Amino acid sequence: MISLLLSVAHRDLLLARRRRVEALLPLGFFIVAAGLFPIGVGPEPQTLRQIAPGVVWVCALLAAMLSVTQMFASDHQDGSLEQMLLASQPLLVIVGGKVLAHWLTSGVPLVLAAPLIGVLFDMNAQAIGTLALTLLLGTPILSLLGAVGAALTLGLRSGAALVFLLVLPLTVPALIFGTGAVAAVDNGLSAQAHVSLLGALLIFTLLGAPLATAAALRISLD
Amino acid sequence: MRVESINGPSPGRARGAGVLAARSLACRRGRRLLFRGLELQLNPGSITWLRGTNGSGKTSLMRILAGLSAPAEGEVTWDDEALARAGSPAREGIVYIGHTNALKDDLTLVEAVAFLARLQAIDDAPRRAHDALGRLGLASRRDAPVRTLSQGQRRRGALARLALDDAPRTWILDEPYDALDRDSVALLSVLIETHAGRGGAVLLTSHQDVALTGAAELDLERWRTG
Repeated sequence: MISLLLSVAHRDLLLARRRRVEALLPLGFFIVAAGLFPIGVGPEPQTLRQIAPGVVWVCALLAAMLSVTQMFASDHQDGSLEQMLLASQPLLVIVGGKVLAHWLTSGVPLVLAAPLIGVLFDMNAQAIGTLALTLLLGTPILSLLGAVGAALTLGLRSGAALVFLLVLPLTVPALIFGTGAVAAVDNGLSAQAHVSLLGALLIFTLLGAPLATAAALRISLD
Repeated sequence: MRVESINGPSPGRARGAGVLAARSLACRRGRRLLFRGLELQLNPGSITWLRGTNGSGKTSLMRILAGLSAPAEGEVTWDDEALARAGSPAREGIVYIGHTNALKDDLTLVEAVAFLARLQAIDDAPRRAHDALGRLGLASRRDAPVRTLSQGQRRRGALARLALDDAPRTWILDEPYDALDRDSVALLSVLIETHAGRGGAVLLTSHQDVALTGAAELDLERWRTG
């Protein structure tokens, strides 16, 4: 099972490497969108520090959603998805591989770019560290929930817009705990409670989302 | 009750061997009932040529038999067990090749076929994909990106899955001869006949007039309702 999961992830990473521009779009969007805020809001450091966690998290959410709409679309188009549904291993394993690849190509770059955005918003080192940690825990949640949305809207017209409408409300708890952790550190408090809740949310999503995605894929291809 | 059954040699229980059958099958697409009461059994060693006019439900039937769609009525079984509950023996035993080739444009042909082999749980997938492409006459195009191949080469690439191993699986082939030249048509026919000869079962559709030794026809019009 693990070998198939890794095969699926490896194949999607290979495809991402060969479609570099497409793969780097979410990161580009994240940096440009977050970078526009200091210009629009003004250079006041106190204001920037205050809005930074929310801005970074919302931009990360939108960037993740941009790429998640394509998670199953091309496989659906060329018939690969049918073969995945007929694979000898459970579909859950394949969904796991695809989510892992999506997180590695879309989520991890956002985590790595977050400190750069933090500097742009005049955040201190501790807040930047917390921001990166919350994104590290939060971006897999976005990939997992995004997979559910992408599977539910597979083959539908305006499916991409529907993914945004379906998935963004589900990401609100991650947004609250993620931004809350950074705000707590900014106010000299411990971020542990927020980080623990975010971790619990990740485990909960990890248990439920792949099942929902697999079921949605079967319904979409019926 | 009409049961379509085409008998062939009886192999031992090799990996992938099994009997795919449909009982009282009905298929609905939208509000339209395509067929009802269909009985079918694909015995080891049989070649069944599914006939029917456009829109009669050939592709829908194949998708139901492969486990991609649910029937409106009736059930599909693998070795007398409901297909949905038959688990990995059934999934390993059935090979479905539809209209689409399931090859990614940005992978090389050998990478794409090896991935499909891994989905089928075939060991040593890259080597087997390499050999299978050679058998399908694509040795010189193995490392070419799929997007650079012609339609016929892509189709042959998809059909290379049939040459990955010699297990007597049940092949469900939807218009496999599409886009193939004369030599490739002959090559595919040999593959199908050889597969049946070693105890595999084949169900196929084709609008082309192809000679297949031992093939029995199954006309879907007999069960058509609308």
